[in-house]
Amino acid sequence: MQLLMLLMGLALATALWSGVQAVNAEARASYDRAASILGQDRLEQLVRADGGEIPQHVFVELRRAGWLVSPVIEGQLRLGAIRLRMIGIEPLSLPVEAQQVDLGSGDGLLQFIMPPGLIYVSPETAVQLSGQQLPPIRIAANMLPGIAITDIGIAQGLLEKPRQISRLILSPDQPEGRTSLAAIAPELVLKKPDAQGDLARLTDSFHLNLTAFGFLAFAVGLFIVYSAIGLAFEQRRPTFRTLRSLGLSARALAGLLLAELIMLALVAGIVGVAIGYLVASFLLPGVGATLQGLYGASVPGMLTLRPQWWVTGLGIAVAGTLVSAAQSLWRVWRMPLLAPAQPRAWARASETALRFQAFAALGLFATTIGLGLWGAGLVVGFAILGGLLLGAALLLPVVLALFLALMQRWASRPVAQWFWADTRQQLPGLSLALMALLLALSANVGVGTMVSSFRLTFAGWLDQRLAAELYVTARSETEAQALRQWLRPKVDAVLPIWSVNGTVNEQPAEIYGMADHSTYRDNWPLLEALPDVWDQVARGEAALVNEQLARRDNLVVGDRLLLPGGWDTLLAGVYSDYGNPTGQVIVGIDALITHYPDVSRLRYGLRLSPPDAAGLAVELRNAFDLPSQNLVDQASLKRRSLQIFEQTFAVTATLNVLTLGVAGLAMFASLMTLSGMRLPQLAPVWAMGLTRRHLVLLELARTMVLAVTTLVAALPVGLGLAWVLLVIVNVEAFGWRLPIYLFPADWLRLGALALAAALLSALIPLRRLAAIAPADLLKVFANER
Amino acid sequence: MNAKPWLLGLCAIALMLSGIALRNPVEAQGFAGLGTTAEGFAIPQLGTSFSFPADHGPHPDYRIEWWYLTANLKAADGTDYGVQWTLFRSGLVPGQKNGWSSPQVWMGHAAVTTPEKHYFAERLSRGGTGQAGVTAAPFEAWIDDWRMQRLSPASPSNVDELSEAVLHASGKDFRYNLQLQAKGPIVAQGQGGYSVKSAAGQASYYYSQPFYTVEGTLTLPEGEIAVTGQAWLDREWSSQPLAADQTGWDWFSLHFESGEKLMGFRLRDSGQGYTSATWISADGKPAPRAPGELKVMPLETADVAGRKIPIVWRIELPSLGLDVTTSVLNPRAWMATRTPYWEGPMRFEGTHGGRGYLEMTGY
Repeated sequence: MQLLMLLMGLALATALWSGVQAVNAEARASYDRAASILGQDRLEQLVRADGGEIPQHVFVELRRAGWLVSPVIEGQLRLGAIRLRMIGIEPLSLPVEAQQVDLGSGDGLLQFIMPPGLIYVSPETAVQLSGQQLPPIRIAANMLPGIAITDIGIAQGLLEKPRQISRLILSPDQPEGRTSLAAIAPELVLKKPDAQGDLARLTDSFHLNLTAFGFLAFAVGLFIVYSAIGLAFEQRRPTFRTLRSLGLSARALAGLLLAELIMLALVAGIVGVAIGYLVASFLLPGVGATLQGLYGASVPGMLTLRPQWWVTGLGIAVAGTLVSAAQSLWRVWRMPLLAPAQPRAWARASETALRFQAFAALGLFATTIGLGLWGAGLVVGFAILGGLLLGAALLLPVVLALFLALMQRWASRPVAQWFWADTRQQLPGLSLALMALLLALSANVGVGTMVSSFRLTFAGWLDQRLAAELYVTARSETEAQALRQWLRPKVDAVLPIWSVNGTVNEQPAEIYGMADHSTYRDNWPLLEALPDVWDQVARGEAALVNEQLARRDNLVVGDRLLLPGGWDTLLAGVYSDYGNPTGQVIVGIDALITHYPDVSRLRYGLRLSPPDAAGLAVELRNAFDLPSQNLVDQASLKRRSLQIFEQTFAVTATLNVLTLGVAGLAMFASLMTLSGMRLPQLAPVWAMGLTRRHLVLLELARTMVLAVTTLVAALPVGLGLAWVLLVIVNVEAFGWRLPIYLFPADWLRLGALALAAALLSALIPLRRLAAIAPADLLKVFANER
Repeated sequence: MNAKPWLLGLCAIALMLSGIALRNPVEAQGFAGLGTTAEGFAIPQLGTSFSFPADHGPHPDYRIEWWYLTANLKAADGTDYGVQWTLFRSGLVPGQKNGWSSPQVWMGHAAVTTPEKHYFAERLSRGGTGQAGVTAAPFEAWIDDWRMQRLSPASPSNVDELSEAVLHASGKDFRYNLQLQAKGPIVAQGQGGYSVKSAAGQASYYYSQPFYTVEGTLTLPEGEIAVTGQAWLDREWSSQPLAADQTGWDWFSLHFESGEKLMGFRLRDSGQGYTSATWISADGKPAPRAPGELKVMPLETADVAGRKIPIVWRIELPSLGLDVTTSVLNPRAWMATRTPYWEGPMRFEGTHGGRGYLEMTGY
């Protein structure tokens, strides 16, 4: 039984840890591949300092001045629900280091560059794209999903960016004596190779999140291992005693035990990694969808088995075992030859430990508060989380001990007095399991509160933000013009959604134009604003930025804001913009056109009475023969956004449930351990006349009291956790702060679940107690245990 | 992710293409795919006369075309140098279009050969964007920063566009700037510019300007070197210049001390091969020789880039009393470009003396 417990605990802990690591590794590997697309991780590039597109003639001028550069055009192609990152390359000038697709022999080049061209995509994307109106598809196994590579000419056409270039890749071997860059294209700057890539940076916080969860699960799992090892050693004490008496040195004994533990750890590790693989392949699609939705990062849904998991998985299993076995091993090492089992003495010794724990917990809390006040950054956010959880866990036995002592004082009847005293005595043995339960419960409360608060805020925000009934995208400027004319008599308002990409404070940002309309005045979710913000924006005198940008650059309302092209304007408001990883600026639509005359004018939001929306959509589609992806109604847009949101937290929820399961198991393991050791304590009580039935009921009550107390203690810790998540971690990770809402119904459900888990874990030990033969109890007095 | 597939892709279309055919006789298509059929492309016709300056410009209805200049140069200290500047045009399908959808592909090769070293570079470009191209008047042929350009566009219109030109190319470790001056007329090769390449009748349009005098500077790792000498420009276009079983060629251009010139080539096949030559008098009158009259024989080979390359040749033209032996300046004049070949300066002695250039493909 203990062996099973040990193996199970270790395997589960390893599984959760290595599963999360596997998911992270898979995602990171795909970022690396994304970063290495076209050799960006190795080759220098030329880009416009303001982040805009480069006119094609600059490429020719650079080539004719001796610069060996290769043009790349890049952009998002929206095909209904599919977002395709389209990369156009020029195969003849592309340096060898940057080559991404194999055009094959024979007519490969001809087919690639001559219309209709070819599109190279991953096998998964090829399946998604079947039936779309695109150039012929070729499958390349080394491509990332969601990315398409085609010829630059073909891509410019598809992306509607004729004669434009996003960046120029520099060959490593540039000829001597070429004209200086400043003389040809002063607007271009040299960009060094980027081994990490933007995606890796953007998604860092997400992965840190997962890692933290994985670690929590692992820590909880180790509690099981600790209990199991403790129990096993406890029960084998007589054997050890005999062996030592027979002359086996302490060193040899400890060595043998160590070898045995390592072997077990390896077995459990292998099982754990295998389960971890299953966990990871279960989690990966959700994680992939989240990353795609939040960051536009493409992560394949398939898991590749990497040798490093096996190594790290096994490593952590062994390390974890050794850590949790350290105390037991040390005892074996130092055990006086004939020392009998002395649970009570051990418990007494632990009162000093309790005092120490209380101090440690208070110290941790103080550090945590200090960090919260003066620290900054995501890692600090997680440190605060860790400090809070660990401190609370350490404090738990102290609080419980005080509570029990208090109860004991209040109790007057002898049985009650014995009950509380005995519970106190059991506390040291159970405290680790209770700590695990506390961690799992408070993580559950905290994360649950965070997710639910976020969902509530997000749904409300979506309602405000997606105010237009229909969203339509024209395929060309002429079609856009026709659309506007056709729509004007039919709808209340045609609101342009036009944007340019640029650089604000040295980081990429989107700049949107906003029409002066009540849709925005009434609905736009402003967090902070000047009193006449809408008038100022409409007049082109001021701009709004999203919360992310404001936090990133420490902007406050009233600051000056420098927009691309040297446009200096006033920051008049900050709005919430959940789910968007990049900075965003909103200016008046007229000002946008004045400053960026070549902005693409294709997207519009339409206001009309909601019942008419479906009819107009049909009419519009027929009149302009619009592809389905170019016309989206409010409801389906909201549905899609919420879907992405749910996917994001599905992973968190899964990990949460698993952690709780592990904690339940820890509880079970501890109770099993204790039930074996408790006979000497129970036997006298039984002898004094308490029936076994009565004893069982008391034991059950004890377990429940401890579980309920832990649950009650977990609530404030969980809420503290939620607060840290919403106010510190979210801000650092995503750049937005969310209000906290409380969901007591969720707590009740969780409480019921936790009690059920405690009950379940107490069941087997109690059944054993109920069925124990009186002779066994009698043996206690004969000291024949 | 390696160069090879690209190479193969290019090979089918670009000019000096790989020797797939050599390794795979079943699919024999001549050296570098030049033996493929001329589907859709125009075919050279006997009896067409050149029209200048238009014919200095590109002929997109033909599959392939080149502007090929080789120069024998000498520094003040007597050291010999060779310079190559080549622009190839290759049509994937006939015709010209603007922008990226142009089916024209351009390739440039440039080299400087010294007695010890051989520097070379290669450039590729799409047609249609302005990165590479040729205009007939005012004459300019360019790819990237490499160019051959009429020196003074303002000079009288009765002067040929090619009579004076500047020439520039650069690579990672070399650069040259040369001025060219034509001291004689343009010379039509073959039968009035119709140059037959095989017994089966494959042919190209072919003319030369072999009378350039050159001065300018070479910039090499050791520094700038002032040079003078002579150069020879070849212009050739066609759609199917080789017969299917022809695997490569040996091409010779000879500047005699007397001022006369000789162009000769041998196309190798499974049998005797096909030779052709044009004797050019000092005042530029071509005297085409009958096929097979020119006799060339490799006398000595060297191991270059893992192949056996002839570096000493005997060249005979018995009807004109020519019997010379050539020796190359630097046996390592190997163009390790996408399609590799040998191209370098040589000198010759025997019944006549002088300098020239040698090109060997398909080895």
